[in-house]
Amino acid sequence: MTTADLFLWFFGGLIPLSVMAFWIARGKALSVESKTNARLHSRPGFYGLYGLTWMALPALVASLLFSVAHLFRLFDVPPTMLLATAFGLGSGGLWFALSQIKADFRARQAVEKVMRGLLLTAAGISILTTVGIVLSVIFESIQFFKVISFWDFITGTQWQPDTAFLIGAGRADENVAPPLFGSVPIFAGTLMITLIAMLVAVPIGLFSAIYMSEYASHTARGRLKPMLEILAGIPTVVYGFFAAITISPLVVDIAHAMGLEADYTNALAPGLIMGVMIIPFISSLSDDVIRAVPESLRDGSLALGTTKAETIRHIVLPAAMPGIVAACLLAVSRAIGETMIVVMAAGLRPNLTANPLEGMTTVTVKIVEALTGDQEFDSAFTLSAFALGLVLLTATLILNIISTIVVRKFRQQYE
Amino acid sequence: MSNFMNTGKNPRQKQRERADTRFRLYGLTALGLAMAFLVFFFIDIIGQAIPAFHVTEVKVTVHYSDAVKSNYNKAIDHKLRRIVSRGWLRALPAQLKAHPDMIGTSAELWVPTDSRVDQYIKGHDGNGLKPKYQHIVDAMQKDGRVRQVFNTGFFTSGDSKLPEQAGILAAAVGSVFTLLLTMLVAVPIGVMTAIYLEEFAEDSKLTRLIEVNINNLAAIPSILYGLLGLAIFINFMGVPRSSALAGGLTLALMTLPIIIIATRAALRAVPESIREAAYGLGASSLQTVWHHVLPLAMPGILTGSIIGLAQAMGETAPLIIIGMMAYIPEPPTSILDAATVLPAQVYTWSTESLHGYTERTAAGILVLLTVLLSLNAIAVTLRNRMQQHW
Repeated sequence: MTTADLFLWFFGGLIPLSVMAFWIARGKALSVESKTNARLHSRPGFYGLYGLTWMALPALVASLLFSVAHLFRLFDVPPTMLLATAFGLGSGGLWFALSQIKADFRARQAVEKVMRGLLLTAAGISILTTVGIVLSVIFESIQFFKVISFWDFITGTQWQPDTAFLIGAGRADENVAPPLFGSVPIFAGTLMITLIAMLVAVPIGLFSAIYMSEYASHTARGRLKPMLEILAGIPTVVYGFFAAITISPLVVDIAHAMGLEADYTNALAPGLIMGVMIIPFISSLSDDVIRAVPESLRDGSLALGTTKAETIRHIVLPAAMPGIVAACLLAVSRAIGETMIVVMAAGLRPNLTANPLEGMTTVTVKIVEALTGDQEFDSAFTLSAFALGLVLLTATLILNIISTIVVRKFRQQYE
Repeated sequence: MSNFMNTGKNPRQKQRERADTRFRLYGLTALGLAMAFLVFFFIDIIGQAIPAFHVTEVKVTVHYSDAVKSNYNKAIDHKLRRIVSRGWLRALPAQLKAHPDMIGTSAELWVPTDSRVDQYIKGHDGNGLKPKYQHIVDAMQKDGRVRQVFNTGFFTSGDSKLPEQAGILAAAVGSVFTLLLTMLVAVPIGVMTAIYLEEFAEDSKLTRLIEVNINNLAAIPSILYGLLGLAIFINFMGVPRSSALAGGLTLALMTLPIIIIATRAALRAVPESIREAAYGLGASSLQTVWHHVLPLAMPGILTGSIIGLAQAMGETAPLIIIGMMAYIPEPPTSILDAATVLPAQVYTWSTESLHGYTERTAAGILVLLTVLLSLNAIAVTLRNRMQQHW
């Protein structure tokens, strides 16, 4: 019996049984009411749900325990036994529930307690996701740092992982150069592309936000904002294609016309397109904070005879600055983690240079390259993806936490 | 400003007013640049995609001889072998085996051409067609034996090693499977989490931890969800690599924060008086939420879910990490089969060098954008139509 069959049998059995349990328990409650002539404490449906809970919950918990045991390789049970145990426990639960049903039994409270637990469990899944991301990245990174020293990884300037598979094959001491995992050129490429993106996104996003919140009429704003947000709704793979097919050759042509040399995998094309993608993030977050600046500040300034531009420059923008900074930090974290645009339009070769017309690579490109290659999963080359992922995760979380704190300070100031 | 201020203008005043106009122009320029990009972008993509919706066909005489069963090349004049699609020729032996009565006959048929011929007819340089064949095609065109028809194959077939036969069906089916799973997992869990946080949770440390967590999850780059999917779902739990199941679960975790945040906003917009009226009639907190708050918040929840769905549908990076960019010629039949999704298919085609694939990449993008923009439009209309203002 395959896992898929097991799932089919389990849910194919559990769902009808649970529905039956509902009607049996409800029927029992109604018959108790008519026999003893006492008014039920809760609506009959709640007794039904109580029966259903006692049927489904033990079965689910039992099968969950078995799967966890299987995953951690503690012990294995045959599928038939799993099904028998789960449904046996469920029936036992239903029998217990039926024995509990009396006219003064507080079924509603019992059911609501379970429901609350269920809701809390759902909320816990978000925590589990974070834990899952952190653990998966850290565990594989530890494997990586057993082979490559952390210091070499962070400060090395050479990324030459081609011989990494030999370590896995136990042939590390033959006459080959050891693999080098110095990630400085990769970080430099990421920062360069992020910088180009921010140089595009911050001025355009900020001025758009100022125009929409301070100048545009209500209807114009209602039309402009969704138009800008189309930019955020375009999938990144589409931007990547556009950057690689249309913008990169354009950049090369323009560079040639100006007498400069440019690679087709230059950092400028993905940087520019990434900047366009980020415009709506900056504009809508800045728009929100600019509108949150109290009207009284503007009125006070205008009453002193300043022009509208002076009011915005000297009063509104300084007041909104923390929020705008937070928006920019979020945009930076978005740019660092952006994958498809750079995978399709930036280079593969790590290159430590300050010239945006040369090919460069980024953290995300290297992660994709390492995990779509054909090397063994436990080779240092594949594991380097997780080490780079750890750096990416840390950077994103720090940026996000700083921006959260800044925004909270800003809110407290005006609320 | 009123009139009396305009009378005694000094140079300084004029300068300040000019600065004021300039500032306003900066804003307009910024918006103009963004809009100009949008227009340029759509014109460019549509311009590249349109040709892919037509394919070239040529009229050739096909001889269904007995020899075709073993060598399909014998069905047509040997000069035309490089002109007609190899994929179409390959299907001939099977067709003959199914209809033995066709053997010995011949027919004049419109058949699909090789991608290079197609590109040559569409006027692309560097189409890779040798001059010898270019002359043959030119001659056929003079005879009226070349025509362009709507490319139905693009919508009815899966990926192919021959660009003229590559289509999006397999990827579209994979997308549907993956997104159905994503929604089945993410919407219930997301809505339940939001209900807990908004309606039941006290202000405890645990609640605050969950809230901070969700905000952080929303900001984590999507590629890290791919690493999670690879390490936890595939390596640890043993979900088949490249399957819609692995993709759906990964995307579900990614979409969860979006749905939670949207649902919380929708629940918060339901006025407190509704809840108090329900409590006043003796409803329990669960009954209040289920019978009164949730139905009123439904438009907001739906909008958030659709936006989350659209985002998951356009996502590529985490799916590449878990192997959903495999070569998939046939649509998957179960969620455990190897599958690919539309954006991943677009990515795979974009890495091919033949221009026939580039054209199909743009066409795939156009299909993807159409679906995504309509989803977003549905979400916006839903919000505007159904939202109640209290």
